[in-house]
Amino acid sequence: MCGNEALAEAAIIAGLDAYFGYPITPQNEITAYMSKRMPEEGRVFLQSESELAAINMVFGASATGKRTMTTSSSPGISLMQEGMSYLAGAELPAVVVNVMRGGPGLGNIAPSQGDYFQATRGGGHGDYRTIVLAPSSVQELVDCMPLAFDLADQYRMTVLVLADGILGQMMEPVVFNKNSKLKTQNSKLPPKNWALTGASNRKQNIVRSLWLKEGMVEQHNYDLQAKYKEVEKNEVLCEQYEVDDAEIVVVAYGVAARIVRGAVNRARQEGINVGWIRPITLWPFPTEQISKAAEDFKIFLTVEMSCGQMVEDVKLAIAGKAPVLFFGRPGGGVPTVEQVLEKIRQLTLRPESLI
Amino acid sequence: MMQKVFTRPQTLKDCPTHYCPGCGHGIAHRLIAETIDELGIHDRTIGIAPVGCAVLAYDYLDVDMVEVAHGRAPAVATGMKRTNPDKIIFSYQGDGDLAAIGTGEIIHAAHRGEQITVIFINNAVFGMTGGQMAPTTLTGQVTTTTPLGRNVEQQGYPLQVSELLALLPGAIYIERCSLHKPALIRNAKKAVKHAFELQVDGAKGFSLVELLSPCPTAWRMTPAKAIEWMENEMIKVFPLGRLKG
Repeated sequence: MCGNEALAEAAIIAGLDAYFGYPITPQNEITAYMSKRMPEEGRVFLQSESELAAINMVFGASATGKRTMTTSSSPGISLMQEGMSYLAGAELPAVVVNVMRGGPGLGNIAPSQGDYFQATRGGGHGDYRTIVLAPSSVQELVDCMPLAFDLADQYRMTVLVLADGILGQMMEPVVFNKNSKLKTQNSKLPPKNWALTGASNRKQNIVRSLWLKEGMVEQHNYDLQAKYKEVEKNEVLCEQYEVDDAEIVVVAYGVAARIVRGAVNRARQEGINVGWIRPITLWPFPTEQISKAAEDFKIFLTVEMSCGQMVEDVKLAIAGKAPVLFFGRPGGGVPTVEQVLEKIRQLTLRPESLI
Repeated sequence: MMQKVFTRPQTLKDCPTHYCPGCGHGIAHRLIAETIDELGIHDRTIGIAPVGCAVLAYDYLDVDMVEVAHGRAPAVATGMKRTNPDKIIFSYQGDGDLAAIGTGEIIHAAHRGEQITVIFINNAVFGMTGGQMAPTTLTGQVTTTTPLGRNVEQQGYPLQVSELLALLPGAIYIERCSLHKPALIRNAKKAVKHAFELQVDGAKGFSLVELLSPCPTAWRMTPAKAIEWMENEMIKVFPLGRLKG
């Protein structure tokens, strides 16, 4: 299956009640798949008039306690930022998939990782975060979906699944398994007693993000930050390979990490001591893991399909303990194994050999 | 023996509102509360408060409520109704919300024939932000952003959203009423109740009641003068009556 269809089926298996979406390339297979499969399951599919409407339909369904999601690609995700800020303010669970393409503006429809800043810094207005999952294979995309819904329900926040045009379009074999490899720390989800279900034998429920009285939004923000601290403590996911003896560590996520894996394997064959770290959650970021890897002197290379966004988080994690270099290609450019390997080789050069 | 013949509807909370003297929101809230009580749907109604003066409607209407982004109420209502067909979903939106920033959402909700009820408060200005021009502002009307009066060459004509919506096959009931006279308020009550009844009966389509409503504060008028202005000016541009259904 292609990544787009696979993630759609995985969401259905994870208990998706309602899907709302608006066409945009390169993720149209999701909407098409949902339009067929959701009615088959007796669940809701609706093609909205805009991404603004789609995210607000998600807001409405979520406010009533349903599992709901929308998907889009970069320009559409920009339009959804208003809704995502409101979801954060009202503390509603939601899953949003961004199959990233080249930007800024209309950009192109080629794969990109240019939305890292937007994804990991909240994206809309206000002090908030979204959990960001960055799978690097179709199987992992599938494994991400149940985790995304569980995390959204657990913490009452938006979980963003950050894929790109390659992951969305590429075909790989997948196994749909309810017991996904990726898991949250908390297996028991809290009851949705805040949901709007009609005030039957209970007091009125209100879902809101406006708090006019002095100090109330300040307190609301402190409460949100306390929740985000819990997420940072519990939910970091990251994979690493041969980091212990490495002189060079390459940090990459998503599809870029697959390219890095190929380059690192070849560099090892050439006798270069190189390893990699692959963040699976981009927020919360594996700051501790990367910081730990930098305790013995190593050179870090961050590889991205952008002009360098995650590299800032890598630098923050390393906090000056080691040099951090960057290689990337933006706007639909995809680094090749050969290019990354060449960068790794260059880092092995000693000063005398430069002369 | 004394008999109580008039009382506060149960769905309307017993508290003072933040609305200005002479404002129509209180009346509109009451009509909705009476309707919910009379139809016995209190325990399955979900309301949507707009961005605007009625953003705090959940402080006065004792049903489950959500507050949403400016103009997006019809999309939120769609998400709710599609996933909860047994619930009664209504949105309460002003003319800034519905006729300016939310025109896309309201047209498409009506166009899809969403089985929701929209109460549309038209007071010809943006009230909460201090009385700026709305799409519904009358020609020549002075607002904080039309200091010389609305000039159709510069700012276009007053937008008649209900007439637009009535053209759509998905809309099954559209009526414009006014809150400036007791007899008209009684009509408005009938219209609001009918719009809710359609949803309760599972009628296939979208219903909207537009309520012309006084905003003396933003109009810079006394409440009495505001009522006169509605009678003499506003209903000429926004004629009352059933437009659809």
